[in-house]
Amino acid sequence: MKKKKYFGRFSMFIISAVFAFLFLMPTVLTISNSFMEQSELNANYGMIFSNITSDVKTYISDSVTLKFIPDKVSFSQYITALIKSPDYLFKFWNSVILVVPIVLLQVGTAALAAYGFTRWRGKFRSFMFFFYVILMLMPYQVTLVPNYLVSEWVGILNTRWAIIFPGMFAPFSVFLLTKFMRRIPKSLIEAAKLDGAGEWQIFTRICLPQCRSALYSIAILVFIDYWNMVEQPIILLQDASQQPLSVYLSQINAGEVGIAFAVATIYMIPTLLLFLHGEEYLVEGIAHQGSVKG
Amino acid sequence: MLTNSDKKAKEKKTIREYALGLNAKTKDIIQSWMFLGPSVLGVTVFFILPFLVVVYYSVIRSPLNPEFVFLQNFENVLGNAAFKIAVKNTVDFSIISVPLAVILSLGLALMLEEKIPLKSQFRTFFLSPMMVPVASVVLIWQVLFHNNGVMNEILMNFGAEKIDWLKSEWALGVIVILYLWKNLGYNMILFMAALANIPRELLEAAEVEGSSSFYKFFAIKLRYLSPTVLFVTILSMINSFKVFREIYLLTGEYPIERLYMLQHFMNNTFESLDYQKLSAAAVLMAIAMVVIIAVLFRIEDAFGKDVEG
Repeated sequence: MKKKKYFGRFSMFIISAVFAFLFLMPTVLTISNSFMEQSELNANYGMIFSNITSDVKTYISDSVTLKFIPDKVSFSQYITALIKSPDYLFKFWNSVILVVPIVLLQVGTAALAAYGFTRWRGKFRSFMFFFYVILMLMPYQVTLVPNYLVSEWVGILNTRWAIIFPGMFAPFSVFLLTKFMRRIPKSLIEAAKLDGAGEWQIFTRICLPQCRSALYSIAILVFIDYWNMVEQPIILLQDASQQPLSVYLSQINAGEVGIAFAVATIYMIPTLLLFLHGEEYLVEGIAHQGSVKG
Repeated sequence: MLTNSDKKAKEKKTIREYALGLNAKTKDIIQSWMFLGPSVLGVTVFFILPFLVVVYYSVIRSPLNPEFVFLQNFENVLGNAAFKIAVKNTVDFSIISVPLAVILSLGLALMLEEKIPLKSQFRTFFLSPMMVPVASVVLIWQVLFHNNGVMNEILMNFGAEKIDWLKSEWALGVIVILYLWKNLGYNMILFMAALANIPRELLEAAEVEGSSSFYKFFAIKLRYLSPTVLFVTILSMINSFKVFREIYLLTGEYPIERLYMLQHFMNNTFESLDYQKLSAAAVLMAIAMVVIIAVLFRIEDAFGKDVEG
């Protein structure tokens, strides 16, 4: 009986290890490829990206090799990305000044709204909430047209605000936060009320601290979502000099594979830091939701 | 404990209210809108009002010739061959990928729940796809599934024929794998959290009674997981629409027929400035969403009661 259990555990370990490796592989490939010279990439990937480099005389192998460790560690792609063409850094900064306001404003607005949906539940408010859920599920392609129209009317088309405003009011975090807040024990709020706390005090002193990990995990999710946005800037912010790096990355062509990996790796750093700092929150924030439910 | 009338009396005594000349109920409503206001206002201006305009566009001939044509645009869209293909492909994709995303991530969560070594490292690995920028995802998927890519190399080593993955009937499968790779990690985290919250006593009692792990899973775990299952389903649906970005970057505006999604249709209609067709399609999509959500909410209500009761 016991032996069987150990065997079961062992096979589970193997299965999860295989899956974990497969899941990690693209991340590792991105990073390791960023330290390879273009010539090594050409040799490894052979025909795949060759259509662009065909006019240049380079050695192109006819087979593919997946290599996780570069033959020769080279920083040349990074030097190009960071020093030779400051364009990438500008675009990186564009991403920052677009995404940071969106995350802060969206989470802030959402926290207020979620509190509203938690504390007051009339017919109208439930209807509104249902509406939020539907909006949340709308694919970009449906909301893009309305967004485009409004931006045009308000006169913010082709400015950063055309992306920041719709981002600020995106219903996704309202939905998630409401789910979290509704699980805060009512007795906690009632007790505070009896002690004479006003709504604002209950919100800042009880609700927000209770939701801290949830707020953090939602901020991470929102950040990841907007950090990698492509569609919105292409349509709402056509001025290329203001577009975020994610748009550039998506339009990179096959001839620049090497630099694409280097830029992608640089672009991954903020997300990576958020993850390393916040993974526990990400897990806890969700765990918390259930534990209060009890 | 104060009774209701006591509470009312207490509220009435607040001096501030007398000063403002407001009764408790009005004050309550005002307060509620202080919290809801910014969001509701923003959502109204940036999503709802414009959407009403989209609805308006969908029933007129053209913005320059605003003649009321009612269902004509809808008929045009529904009769459009590209639209039909797009709907079929999108539905197929969601029907395959959403249940797979839910079941596989639950499976992973159950595996990582066991006492296995390197558990927390594995958890991080499973989450890592969330970090990778779309561009390198696309590059790597090309390396793997290109006609001269790694997968074909492996196939040929086994003596099999090459498959041009993204241009064959396997294309949808390749995209499903991409979608799963991207989304399983977070879904798994949600399930792990939910599993951790199942009352231990229940599972221990079942253990003592000698029930099989099969019984433990279906009778206890799944019952407690049902709200999470629904939540993950909704999330997976949202994410299944987002996979368009990768399809688009991998295969361009006009991929093979099997990969032509609703979003391609919308995108191409947007680019050709056919607002009537686009609006009608958007309205149809919205109606479909409302129906799906309403059903999911009903199910959640039914299951939610079951668990709490």
